[in-house]
Amino acid sequence: MRVAIVGAGCTKLGEHWMKSLRDLSTEAGALALKDAGIDGKKIQSLYIGNMSAGRFIGQEHLGALAVDQAGLNPIPATRCESACASGALAFRKAYLSILSGEYDIVMAGGAEKMTDIKGSGAIATLMGAGDQEWESSVGLTFVGLYAIMAKAYMEKYKLTRKELSLVPVKNHKHGLNNPYAQFNYEITTDDVLRSPIIADPLRLLDCSPITDGAAAVVLVSERIAKKFKNPIWILGSGQASDTLALHNRKSLTEIPATKIAARKAYEQAKVKPKDIDIAEVHDCFSIAEILAYEDLGFSERGKGKELLLKKDAMIGGRIPVNTDGGLKMGHPVGATGIKQIVEVVKQLRGEASNQVRNARVGLTHNIGGSGASCLVHILGRE
Amino acid sequence: MPYKSVPLFWRLKKPKYNLTGTKCTKCENVYFPPRNLCPACRRSGDIQELQLSGKGKILSYTIIRTPPEGFEHYVPYAVAIIRLDEGTNITGQVVGDIEKIRTGKRVRPVFRKMHEDGNDGLIHYGLKFELVD
Repeated sequence: MRVAIVGAGCTKLGEHWMKSLRDLSTEAGALALKDAGIDGKKIQSLYIGNMSAGRFIGQEHLGALAVDQAGLNPIPATRCESACASGALAFRKAYLSILSGEYDIVMAGGAEKMTDIKGSGAIATLMGAGDQEWESSVGLTFVGLYAIMAKAYMEKYKLTRKELSLVPVKNHKHGLNNPYAQFNYEITTDDVLRSPIIADPLRLLDCSPITDGAAAVVLVSERIAKKFKNPIWILGSGQASDTLALHNRKSLTEIPATKIAARKAYEQAKVKPKDIDIAEVHDCFSIAEILAYEDLGFSERGKGKELLLKKDAMIGGRIPVNTDGGLKMGHPVGATGIKQIVEVVKQLRGEASNQVRNARVGLTHNIGGSGASCLVHILGRE
Repeated sequence: MPYKSVPLFWRLKKPKYNLTGTKCTKCENVYFPPRNLCPACRRSGDIQELQLSGKGKILSYTIIRTPPEGFEHYVPYAVAIIRLDEGTNITGQVVGDIEKIRTGKRVRPVFRKMHEDGNDGLIHYGLKFELVD
């Protein structure tokens, strides 16, 4: 049996001072239903990705909140959490629930409200994705974890600080016309190199922002999909786990969970990295995008920067990556995995703000923490 | 996190203040932080306490310039992943002349104040590391 995506929606990403988590989640759900052209009453079950509403806004029990606000009681509602990969986890759970034969029409969403607490509170909350007892306690931040990986990678593979800056420069360029983006301006490598150091060698413009936002998609079984005019099929889904703490990994210059999740997704989809026309990867910090190129098989180990130097990862290149600007254009942590799916669905339908010509197969890559969890999905049009 | 209670520190006092890890006598793997189940041997493993020296070398590091709450007074400070001589890794601050920190340099442990939970919270102590010349 196959499963298709027939509706996709995303709120504007940014600092939504006048909108709460519940406002954002219903807004995204309504956008996805409108896009699908169906009534909410058709939804049989809902999965919502959210990393930490408990600490961001003091609210737990998000499944109940989401269906209550949407007027969808009494359908089953499930919150999914895998740190920054919570969105993709909700998507996979929705997909598996249809594959199981239990449901035909399911909604997968993700929502995060990060600006109701001070920046310092948001930073401490995000660090909950790492090891609280043995990483946070010594003053490490999430930027710090990726900075340790960046340092190790730069030394091992002779990546220069200027070359690393090409990641946010590309993503800002890609996000220029993205209607959902938190930022719509271009930056130069000099801008990156002049921005404040957060955790050496990473600077402010290497970091994804603190963002409010939500996204949702409607998934249907193959039987139902025939009633929709432009279904996008889920070709492969992979998920893998690794040690919670970075210090317990064998290598600091790769993310094994990505490699394993990707291998499963590629095998199921019966495609190879060279078949991918567009990829949305988890560029929470600049180094993460270069690791993703290599872990996903777009580049040989240690040569990820060539995708940037040869413009292969740009629109018009061999494998355009983060065509909507990626996480640099907003990272509402629990919603990000769904937002990536929304962008790939739009690309495969030919409706994206930064369209790749004739994109047929797309990939999404969503990481939790410093690589302790990873989900990869491959989507394709008919 | 100003909500921490005292039992958390009692529970962690051996690893946190004495650097006590664990070792599985079946597969010989050493673990820090200590684990009560060997992830390699699982239920057939045999976990025993192991006193770690705290001596080791820097695998990679960062200099934090934008700190989390409670660490503002220490900026800039270095945090490294350290390969301990016993064969396991730990994340810790490296103190002293941080301009001299480099990958591969050797370190040894020192007991230091870590941070404070605001003006009326606990003062946290623990192990940091210093460069060995």
